[in-house]
Amino acid sequence: MTASVAINTGRRFSAGDQVRVLDLPKTGHVRTPWYIREKVGTVTEWTGKVLNPEDLAYGRCGGPAVNGYRVVFDQRHIWPDYQGPAHDKLHIEVYEHWLEKA
Amino acid sequence: MPHDHPPHPHDHAHPEGVDPHAPAPDFGDERSRWYEVASDVMRDMLIEQNVFSAREVRKQIELMESKTIQLGGKLIARAWVDPEFRQTLLKDGKAAAASLGIPVTEASLTVVEDTPAVRNVIVCTLCSCYPRSLLGQPPSWYRNKAYRSRVVREPRKVLAEFGSAVPDDVEVHVHDSNADLRFIVLPMRPAGTEKMGEAELAALVTRDSLIGVAPPRAA
Repeated sequence: MTASVAINTGRRFSAGDQVRVLDLPKTGHVRTPWYIREKVGTVTEWTGKVLNPEDLAYGRCGGPAVNGYRVVFDQRHIWPDYQGPAHDKLHIEVYEHWLEKA
Repeated sequence: MPHDHPPHPHDHAHPEGVDPHAPAPDFGDERSRWYEVASDVMRDMLIEQNVFSAREVRKQIELMESKTIQLGGKLIARAWVDPEFRQTLLKDGKAAAASLGIPVTEASLTVVEDTPAVRNVIVCTLCSCYPRSLLGQPPSWYRNKAYRSRVVREPRKVLAEFGSAVPDDVEVHVHDSNADLRFIVLPMRPAGTEKMGEAELAALVTRDSLIGVAPPRAA
């Protein structure tokens, strides 16, 4: 990802980036399941900018909107005892503030 | 197991503390849970305040429950016979549906494509997210914790239990519908359907094939 792209779109990540899912101390209506936290995956696409459900659920409807990304993980990385071939994958959508560069 | 035949000598054991002759449980027997009570109260208050009417609530339930697999079948069958439509469907499911006059009211519809090398399966691990405006209500098992937790943890075992085991050389891709995206699977066109027309093909598409747990079959 070039700096100019990042500035133009306001997105921190692009397809192909390696990212780690953060384990934020947030409770309530969060959309980041526990099984994916602190796992490292690859961004496959930007899914758009949406109002954050973590805010919407509590009546905070004024934004700001957040970027979402689809991230793909190796199943064997998520579950060290995964019973299946190494090429099996899991795809999930993660909001930008839950991600850091890996 | 409850049974209602006449008294009989027992040569089988009944578990301790369980009445073997109790009536089978019926829908609505369970005591209302907190969220059900809250939702009923909220609905009644909004009706009282004229935000919407009881008739509108009923109509909305009727609309939600009138959606069937037919609309999904139409989308898939068109994709099987029309390569250009297939590309549109994979790029923007909502736009593709709209071009057939099928409204999708969810924010988006993402279509994931099965190939000889990849099998896809959909789940919402957090609740029961599902493209309801297209397919109606999800099946009860889709909302069960057993499916939601197991299909991410051991998808091959779950698919085998659905009668559609996946060979090891085919990748299994699980899609967690945890946030804003809603999904359907575009299954492969079954073998032996070369002479079928679009309507006949559409009839092969099942709800479970769009979730990805059971690919459609020709017979």
